[in-house]
Amino acid sequence: MIWALLLIPGLAGLLAFVVRPNGPRRCLMVLAALAHTTLVATAWRVAPQPALDGWMAVDAPALLFLTITSVLFLAAMLYAVGYLGTEQHAGSHHEENEEDLPFVNFSEAVFAGCLLVFLATMTLVAVSRHLGLMWVAVEATTLASAPLVYFHRHRRSLEATWKYLMICSVGIALALLGNFFLAVAARTFQGSPVRLTIDELVAHAGGLDPRWLKAAFLFFLVGYGTKMGLAPLHTWLPDAHSEAPSLVSALLSGALLNCAFLTILRGHSLLSAAGLGSFSGELLVLFGLVSMAVAALFIISQADFKRMLAYSSVEHMGILALGMGIGGVAAVGSVLHTVNHSLTKAVLFFAAGNILALYRTKSTRQVRGVLRVLPLTGLLWVAGFLAIAGSPPFGPFVSELTILKGVIDADRPVIAAVYLLLLAVVFVGMASIVVRIAYGPASGMASPDGHALPPARREPLWSVGPPLLLGAAVLMLGVYVPPVLATLVDHAAAVLGGH
Amino acid sequence: MTTWLDAILVLLILTNFRLLGSSRLSACIHTVAVQAVLLGAVSLLAQGGGLTLRVVLLVVGGTVAKAVVLPWLLRRAAREANVRTEVEPLVGFTTSLLLGLGLLGLALHVATRLPLPHDGGPEFLLPVALFTMLVGLMVIVSRNKAVMQALGYLAMENGIYAFGMAFAVEEPLLVEMGVLLDVFVAVFVMGITIHHISREFDHIDTDQLSTLKD
Repeated sequence: MIWALLLIPGLAGLLAFVVRPNGPRRCLMVLAALAHTTLVATAWRVAPQPALDGWMAVDAPALLFLTITSVLFLAAMLYAVGYLGTEQHAGSHHEENEEDLPFVNFSEAVFAGCLLVFLATMTLVAVSRHLGLMWVAVEATTLASAPLVYFHRHRRSLEATWKYLMICSVGIALALLGNFFLAVAARTFQGSPVRLTIDELVAHAGGLDPRWLKAAFLFFLVGYGTKMGLAPLHTWLPDAHSEAPSLVSALLSGALLNCAFLTILRGHSLLSAAGLGSFSGELLVLFGLVSMAVAALFIISQADFKRMLAYSSVEHMGILALGMGIGGVAAVGSVLHTVNHSLTKAVLFFAAGNILALYRTKSTRQVRGVLRVLPLTGLLWVAGFLAIAGSPPFGPFVSELTILKGVIDADRPVIAAVYLLLLAVVFVGMASIVVRIAYGPASGMASPDGHALPPARREPLWSVGPPLLLGAAVLMLGVYVPPVLATLVDHAAAVLGGH
Repeated sequence: MTTWLDAILVLLILTNFRLLGSSRLSACIHTVAVQAVLLGAVSLLAQGGGLTLRVVLLVVGGTVAKAVVLPWLLRRAAREANVRTEVEPLVGFTTSLLLGLGLLGLALHVATRLPLPHDGGPEFLLPVALFTMLVGLMVIVSRNKAVMQALGYLAMENGIYAFGMAFAVEEPLLVEMGVLLDVFVAVFVMGITIHHISREFDHIDTDQLSTLKD
């Protein structure tokens, strides 16, 4: 079944490159996403067999991250069908309000193909047990998603694509050195040679040289941390996530950052098994707090609302790292937070996409009155902000509170105080921007026909349906976590945190 | 055997200095290609006894990809962008050379702190591999032209791969091919992006790609 999970999106992607007519290609995208989600759903019932001699297997963390990725991808594909339709009808030239940039779109076939291949590579990251294979998959996600960032072909997205490509490739190359360090550590082990699979490494963890293990984790953290968006290695993130089309940003923020987090956690679980858990944990806490602080700093009076959402992703990656670094209950909260953050961030990016489509500008100083012009989108925008900022009754409140409890349980009051302070700063910073955009009389629109369209036409079903469903899930998770999800989260936290 | 190996390693150090001190793009591309060939030779010589057909094929294939195909890609990108030299980098060329000396010292120091397995490759390979990696990083950071940055990435990969080939021999064939494929596709995509940049901006100065900032 693991092979099916990889081959269905992979082959569909290759097929999408060659299919000429737009209609069948969009059907192909949705069908492939549906097939992938169905397979992942059956994996909940029947655990898939390990494949490739134990190189690929689905354990608890892999299943959780696969589910998040698959659900988000399905929502994005449903959104994409309508989105690509409007992009096509708008003709070959668009004008953006800020710089009057006329641009052409990339070929839709390349877009669809890269999206599906992107799903296949993310799946591969989640199911890899061999660290070398995992490295290949992570670099492949960078290469598959770079053309997606460059869909709107203009100067800013080109700049964003170059930064993304360069910075992430350099980071991931450093992670390769970490892989080699681990291989050296495995070679110094007396006895039969140890394969670079997580299972074997964890089993022999006690006998591996601690100096090489620590050096390897350092390179893992810096390397894969670049991909995850931890400060100060996050500099590509605001550019790439704000210039990409919104559904791509939703996938990048909601699914890809999680996969990078998973790779770091594989290293952390190994070090915990070797008794060096406090070393890796402290590093994770440090990077987590720095990320939250940097994000809080840059969210205040941010001029571009998609950049604001990108910095919010940096902040939440910091929260995730902090939770896993502390361990115990905080680790459980961190794993639950991956689910909550991904769903909420997707809702916010879809809403931002709708706003951008009508107002044709990303400026937070110009866009006003979204609740009047786009009522459902405005609702999603405001509710999404409340959710991501950690207010009840939404899901992120529960997970962030759990992390806080874990920090206090671990007897680190200073960290708890800094955590709360930074959350508050981000809340205030985002609130001022979000509220100004949502309320007030409508203004800031570029095209005069924005008012002329009847409300139903302004918000077609494809643009609000998927985010509303995701938003409902976030609301439900704030009140009731299904037991089957709770056990999976607990199990995943135990595997990854090593506690 | 060891004298040959040491000689090649010293040549590698010299290629790194040439990369740091040269302003002509074609010279830098040529240097990185020479590095790939030297590294292939090192990997073959450092194997010691276990020289199987698979290893030879892999090393030769990797060397051809990195010494012939990728430099050709980058040379084409540079030619299309009409760029010959790196003008006004962030760090001047003389300063780069001096900093390179510092990086060599750093690599030698770090190598003494990491104990190597006894049956591994030559001791001198670890600092040279680290040095190549650091030089690659420095080129990425301090140079303006996008082609130079892609070259720095190649040099970095060269260094990391050198380390891997010598010490982490247990890597299965699939992973090694995967790594090679990834680096290949990465430089390919970078080449295409550079082509787009030169068409869109009429230059490939990444220094001037600074519209997106806070």
